[in-house]
Amino acid sequence: MEQLKTIGRELAMGSQGGFGQSKEFLDLVKSIGESRSKAEEDRIVLSEIDILKRKLLEPDVPKRKMKEYMIRLVYIEMLGHDASFGYIHAVKMTHDDNLLLKRTGYLAVTLFLDEDHDLIILIVNTIQKDLRSDNYLVVCAALNAVCRLINEETIPAVLPQVVDLLNHGKEAVRKKAIMALHRFHRKSPSSVSHLVSNFRRKLCDSDPGVMGATLCPLFDLISEDVASYKDLVSSFVGILKQVTERKLPKSYDYHQMPAPFIQIKLLKIMALLSSGDKSASEMMYMVLGDLFRKCDSSTNIGNAILYECIRCISCIIPSPKLLEDAAEAISKFLKSDSHNLKYMGIDGLGRLIKISSDIAEQHQLAVIDCLEDPDDTLKRKTFELLYKMTKSSNVEVIVDRMIDYMISINDNHYKTEIASRCVELAEQFAPSNQWFIQIMNKVFEHAGDLVNIKVAHNLMRLIAEGFGEDDDDADNKLRLSAVESYLQIISEPKLPSLFLQVISWVLGEYGTADGKYSASYISGKLCDVADAYSSDETVKGYAVSALMKIYAFEIASGRKVDVLPECQSLIEELLASHSTDLQQRAYELQALLALDARAVESILPLDASCEDIEVDKDLSFLNGYIQQAIESGAQPYVSERERSGGMFETTDYHSQDHHEVTSHALRFEAYELPKPSVPSQPSAALVPVPEPSYYSEPHQPISTSSSVSERESSEIKLRLDGVKQKWGRPSYQSSTSASSSTPPQAANGTSTHSDGGGVASSSSSKPRSSYESKKPEIDPEKQRLAASLFGGSSSSSRSDRKSSSGGHKPAKGTANKPLATVPKESPIPVPDLLDFDEPTGTSDVAATDPFKELEGLMESSRQDGGGSTDVMGLYSTDASAPVKTTTSVDSLLSELSDSSRGTYHQSQTTKGPNSKEALEKDALVRQMGVNPTSQNPTLFKDLLG
Amino acid sequence: MYFQIHFVLLVSRQGKVRLTKWYSPYTQKERSKIHFVLLVSRQGKVRLTKWYSPYTQKERSKVIRELSGVILNRGPKLCNFIEWRGYKVVYKRYASLYFCMCIDEADNELEVLEIIHHYVEILDRYFGSVCELDLIFNFHKAYYILDELLIAGELQESSKKTVARIISAQDQLVEAAKEEASSISNIIAQATK
Repeated sequence: MEQLKTIGRELAMGSQGGFGQSKEFLDLVKSIGESRSKAEEDRIVLSEIDILKRKLLEPDVPKRKMKEYMIRLVYIEMLGHDASFGYIHAVKMTHDDNLLLKRTGYLAVTLFLDEDHDLIILIVNTIQKDLRSDNYLVVCAALNAVCRLINEETIPAVLPQVVDLLNHGKEAVRKKAIMALHRFHRKSPSSVSHLVSNFRRKLCDSDPGVMGATLCPLFDLISEDVASYKDLVSSFVGILKQVTERKLPKSYDYHQMPAPFIQIKLLKIMALLSSGDKSASEMMYMVLGDLFRKCDSSTNIGNAILYECIRCISCIIPSPKLLEDAAEAISKFLKSDSHNLKYMGIDGLGRLIKISSDIAEQHQLAVIDCLEDPDDTLKRKTFELLYKMTKSSNVEVIVDRMIDYMISINDNHYKTEIASRCVELAEQFAPSNQWFIQIMNKVFEHAGDLVNIKVAHNLMRLIAEGFGEDDDDADNKLRLSAVESYLQIISEPKLPSLFLQVISWVLGEYGTADGKYSASYISGKLCDVADAYSSDETVKGYAVSALMKIYAFEIASGRKVDVLPECQSLIEELLASHSTDLQQRAYELQALLALDARAVESILPLDASCEDIEVDKDLSFLNGYIQQAIESGAQPYVSERERSGGMFETTDYHSQDHHEVTSHALRFEAYELPKPSVPSQPSAALVPVPEPSYYSEPHQPISTSSSVSERESSEIKLRLDGVKQKWGRPSYQSSTSASSSTPPQAANGTSTHSDGGGVASSSSSKPRSSYESKKPEIDPEKQRLAASLFGGSSSSSRSDRKSSSGGHKPAKGTANKPLATVPKESPIPVPDLLDFDEPTGTSDVAATDPFKELEGLMESSRQDGGGSTDVMGLYSTDASAPVKTTTSVDSLLSELSDSSRGTYHQSQTTKGPNSKEALEKDALVRQMGVNPTSQNPTLFKDLLG
Repeated sequence: MYFQIHFVLLVSRQGKVRLTKWYSPYTQKERSKIHFVLLVSRQGKVRLTKWYSPYTQKERSKVIRELSGVILNRGPKLCNFIEWRGYKVVYKRYASLYFCMCIDEADNELEVLEIIHHYVEILDRYFGSVCELDLIFNFHKAYYILDELLIAGELQESSKKTVARIISAQDQLVEAAKEEASSISNIIAQATK
């Protein structure tokens, strides 16, 4: 049957004038269609490739056959196999005079080649010729190829012809020419910068298709340079108005919407143009308002336009009316059964929340539904929304949820993203240090290798510096809790490298700080780490440095140090390590163990990781020494510049080769072999440390300054560069006592990363608002979640955030005032509305017919809900008592919202026992398919403040 | 301090790039609206692919494998969008075929969904109630139609009529080959016996 159908279709194709496919081709397609496995398909394709290779090489292939081979090649390529052996034939086919073959050739090359392919150069000539053709179909085919294949270097070859085609008689050609120019602009903006005026002109093209196409390049141009297109705002508004008034030909209608794709494009452009521009925004109010009224939200395309309007409103400076419209559209989206629309609603909410932070409040349950939806896409979008509305009051709930989700997924790309969001939120809003460290531990544990290294540095810095308050006690507690948690975690298998680095560093710095843990205990743990992760040099390096610090603190405090046997063997192993870095550290550790308490204390002072170390770049502390040397007959130092008469502009590592005159030209003869750096060796003899070390640079001048030569000076410079590298900064001051070597300071790179963003509150910190007021009684668990997400009752840890939010409150309060009396006059439905998750809708539905039933339902539920009268009473009575029930946030709120919020708080508790009933009713309403639309979302908001 | 060379660049005085070597992931930022179009059958067979952003053959296979794995396993009532490697893929199922388009994260998904539908409607009008077999055997025609609808990843024409007109103009050229049609249908008839 199936087969018969196939044949029938094929016959129909044939008579329709289809491309005469041969039996072999049909067989190929069919056998691939019937293949059961990928392996079988591959086998078929490979044999087909063999056949084609042979056939293409045959002399005098008939043209019609050739065309078919080409289509077979396209098929092979489409299935993911390499058809490159036939590319050249496709190129050849574009040269053909027969348009049919030419088109097939162009189709094949656009599918086979991309713009950087070597064969492009062979096609450019053909394209040039075809662009001049009399047949507009040839020109179209060539323009299609131009859009795909012309790269930056070949643009000039076809540009003049494409520009000429802008005035071609056929609109199809003009349209493609515009798109080609658009493509050129993307490839190389400079190549078409002189042609920008053409785009403006084409906006007035007689053909709406061309006008529509012109919007694409204009969108790009405007997004690059808004200012110079401001004059077009009125034209765009005019065009959009005409489109919505159905001035375009009927053929552009799509599902009864007039030219929706053009509308969407226009809305995008206008959002760009009017962003932050009051006067431009005002020009758009009318047409946007019209769109909200006209859009048919029962079709997908109508919703697409509505969504674009919401996006547009979130970019421009909107009027309150438009915001209302947008909020209404969003609530329709959220209440829809379609996941797509819910998704769009969540997205829209995320956009509008920036403008009016209280918009999410009415939709809290919808949001939580989406969060618990099995659809991953929707879930992620909801997390994005939560991320946008995080504040200090709900950060714990949100971050916990995010981390749970992060642990549950395998998609590394998204894991990275959500991990970095967790870190960002935790840094910004952490209510306590302990919590912060816990969160960071979780993030590191579960997404360790995906986290940016800066996060680790930030964490170390935070532990070292505390939260910035001058409270040593709190800082110590923080460190202790960090150490404790790390000691717990450290024995878990397979920790991410980055996390181990943090752990090692913290244990080294603070492991023994409060005396709770002994040095041998901590060092044993560190040795275990170095042992367990022996392939990870960075971790080992951190572990050795940590060991060094621990022993240093022990020595400095005058205790006797017993180096553990495993530590001793670790040191010995590393002394012979292939990694110079590890070797270096091992030697330093060994040397340090031999020093006395006083020296050690000046090398590694306790808890000095965040002390600023001033680098004395001029090495002024050596002045006395030099003076002495000069007095005893040494040559004074002549700077490089003076020596070479200013010829050397750069001081590089090779500056000792100053007989070489550097020139700006490339040198074509071979460079000399580097000279063995002998001068650095003798210094070792004078230094107490047996081996030379990268970190011992302060000795260099001491040891060699007896003959202060230019070579030495360059050495010093070199070393200074090295100092600023990885492992912290040695203190130059302490090195004046020539007796001690200067191993790296404790600052394992943490303080160098002060630019990590950290605690600085960014623009995304949102003002807190009085979400807590509304807690519809649905599933108690959901309710709790909603309360914790949207409620603002917990006290904020940061005073600055409080003040920033305080700034917003008065404005909100006054805005609400005029309407605030409404609820008291018509109090009837209030308490019962709370039982539904779409409260705003139900308040106004009474007027509309389909909701009559709902009204009845509400009536009955009111009678059931025994507490409702009490609630009424509460509403009318003095609100001062309930106010006390709300927490510290109250002080930030205006009186108005205060009292109503408080009252509501009460009312909600009185109605508590009815939650089950309410839930049933809610389900019933949903079952009935009542999807109330909210005509006046502010009404409900004002009821509750 | 974290130190790394991110890239090496050799540029001539004329601004021509002579050599580049990238050590950090710098994605070539293509701003095509639609990065690729993919038609996959329910069995995971590829029916049509069109790439508007540069992907190597290897990447293409990977993309197809990854996406068809995700999309084919999604339930019927879920979103028609998935977030994928920092992009979004909008897909829609028509009978046994999945139409997918990959767009940037910040794009209007509903609009793209309608572009897909727009394309399907045009195919439907062209083939006369289109089915998967039409696309299997006439994928090149589906390509021609797609080329009239999208260009360089942008929607170039939103009028069905205009697209239909230019496609039929192109088909007129084929009239010449019509006489061969009967002989070919004979071949087909033989082939399928």
